[in-house]
Amino acid sequence: MINLELSEDLKQYQEDMKVFAETVFRPISRKYDEAEHEYPQELEDLRGMKHFDRKKKSEKPADKSEPTSGKANMRGVISSEEIAWGDPSFLISIPNAGLGNVALVTSGSDEQFEKYGDKWLAMAITEPNAGSDSKAMNTTAKLDGDDWVLNGEKIFVSCADRCDAVVVMATTDKSAGKEGIRSFIVDKNSPGFTLEKLEKKMGLRGSDTGTFSMTDCRIPKDNVLGGFEKTNKNKGFKGTMQTFDTSRPMVAAMAIGVARAALDYTREVMAENSIIPDYKKGSINISSIEKDFFLMEANLEAARLLSWKAAWMADNKKPNSTEASMAKAKAGRQGVLITQKCCELLGPMGLSTKHLAEKWLRDVRVMDIFEGTGQIQHLIVARNILELSSTQLK
Amino acid sequence: MLSFNMSEEQTITRDTVARLVKDLIIDTAHEMDEAGNIPEEYIQAAWELGASIAAIPEAYGGYDMDYSPMMNAIILEELAYGDMAFAVAATLPSMFIFPVYEMGTEEQKKKYLPLFCKEAYTPCTCAINEPGFGFDPHKLKTKAVKKNGSYILNGEKCFVPLAKESSHFLIAASCDGENSFFIADAENAGINIKKPERNLGLYSLKTYEVALDNCEIPAKNRLVGNSDCNYDKIIQKSAIAMSAIGTGVSRASYEYARDYAKERIQFGEPIAHKQSIAFMIAEMAYEVEAMRLMTWKAASMLENGKDCQRDSFLARLYAGEMSMKVTDHGIQVLGGHGFIREHPVERYYRNARGVAILHGMAIV
Repeated sequence: MINLELSEDLKQYQEDMKVFAETVFRPISRKYDEAEHEYPQELEDLRGMKHFDRKKKSEKPADKSEPTSGKANMRGVISSEEIAWGDPSFLISIPNAGLGNVALVTSGSDEQFEKYGDKWLAMAITEPNAGSDSKAMNTTAKLDGDDWVLNGEKIFVSCADRCDAVVVMATTDKSAGKEGIRSFIVDKNSPGFTLEKLEKKMGLRGSDTGTFSMTDCRIPKDNVLGGFEKTNKNKGFKGTMQTFDTSRPMVAAMAIGVARAALDYTREVMAENSIIPDYKKGSINISSIEKDFFLMEANLEAARLLSWKAAWMADNKKPNSTEASMAKAKAGRQGVLITQKCCELLGPMGLSTKHLAEKWLRDVRVMDIFEGTGQIQHLIVARNILELSSTQLK
Repeated sequence: MLSFNMSEEQTITRDTVARLVKDLIIDTAHEMDEAGNIPEEYIQAAWELGASIAAIPEAYGGYDMDYSPMMNAIILEELAYGDMAFAVAATLPSMFIFPVYEMGTEEQKKKYLPLFCKEAYTPCTCAINEPGFGFDPHKLKTKAVKKNGSYILNGEKCFVPLAKESSHFLIAASCDGENSFFIADAENAGINIKKPERNLGLYSLKTYEVALDNCEIPAKNRLVGNSDCNYDKIIQKSAIAMSAIGTGVSRASYEYARDYAKERIQFGEPIAHKQSIAFMIAEMAYEVEAMRLMTWKAASMLENGKDCQRDSFLARLYAGEMSMKVTDHGIQVLGGHGFIREHPVERYYRNARGVAILHGMAIV
């Protein structure tokens, strides 16, 4: 039975996250925007929280009749929106909740989860010559005795300075294309593993982003994620692509959260100036500002419902890669458009660093880029609905 | 509980309506549009599904089922997927029946509902829209003035579907600054039905301008409303209905363009293989989905007994904007062929223009 209203427990969760974002993140938002690369000590309180949990693979019940409709993904998009409303940089800088931790939870072995479960894991995919075309990556991993030896360079690694270890994607056999790609857990102190630099970014300055080089970097043989022999061909790369089905709705929700922050602020400022949205007005009787405002609200709600649907499908074990990309395509673009329109409506208040609107615009811009650009999302949606392969629709 | 899944009942109903639309409407909608007429048996076939009177108690001729705006939204999307004019015509009596049922006195319900809640489709209509610049359903220019136990109505109405064919009207008018509905008999003096309108779209739906010239209606024919249902709520329900219709029209355009792009060969391969085409189609797909979810969200709130003024307004606004965008893309994908009337995308585009403009054409 269709019902698009949140249940009471999710509403309560949403409310709790909002209070948290408002009281913990919002007050230090500007501080770390200005102190780029400085680790926000305030985040340490979150380290002990149990962000991810999972049953040991060996303990998994064979009985598939157990209820599968959890709410992890719905809670993910809700918390993502609320926290990003507070400050999106901190959302991607929560200790022990990096993208590498997500990969560990989904693909790691029991032993790896035991060893790295309470560590902060970053994720390294992008290379200077492999952005959207991630399977073109050139970082290599060669087995040498009991070690893997890694060589190459990884850029745009979130939490590069703050993390304890990095999940690095590398090719074990370049001629095998994406089937040769595996993920490796690399401790920060591994020999030959160097943090080269931290980027200076337009936004999301409260979260660090760095470049790692690997020069004959040696890591234990067991550190291939999920085990080398056990991973069927394709699983390494495909496994990472599948994590996008859960992460894209969350990144969509992040963009929605930032845009909502801008919209809420704009609403407040409008109200102080006696412009109150009236949802009964006909389009002929509203001002340009009101029309803009209504359209932003509608687009935000549309993006939110798309992200909810994608997350709900993941919770209910339905294939959702089309919906996840739809949500990301819509929310990524609208996040940017709404935030910049708010800055426009706010006028000088939208430019001055006395207010947070300009920061939100800088923060949100990347959300139509990372976790797959808007164009990549369109490509995925189009291939799926047109039933075309990647060679037919390039 | 949050769910994007249809219940079994919702699925069965959707499939039943979809089958009817596929069997009767998809291949004939173009002819109906050209002829400016919908065959009565098609309307009757849709009427026999019973959706319009499902929630009306048996005492008044209905089926006494639970009222479900969500179900109504699902049905309207399917009907409009076939043809928007058909969707409006086939469910039009609801636009009279529902307000009377929800806002009427016991006497009004007893008198009027059985006339239309029966197996044979019996046209009755609703007059809300007004011609000229600046129409707003909350600021009606048609006025009702009380005089000696009657209301005297004066004003102009337009886009009144099946006005000439209907025995009864529900007329929206402002009385002392308050918007209300008045039940009028077609025989009533002062109701001047003009010749059929010729509009941008909905060719097969007969609509009329109706002039109200000192139209005297007995005071007991005013719908007074109550705390649960009033004029505003009817406008909200009609907004959600129009969002559902916009979703259906847009989906039709999206699917046609998608299939066309896979078959149309240029430069030695299907045009779907080109990103500029494929990305347009992807956008159409997620905007249709977004329109539907906005509609369902507002319908959910209505179904859960919540105030949906904001959500119905936003759903309608969104559907109005996006159905134009999607149907415009539909034409563009077909190129020059999209401009030729044999392909339905031009009809979808003309019809979609009404989504943002028309009020009171359907109700959830």
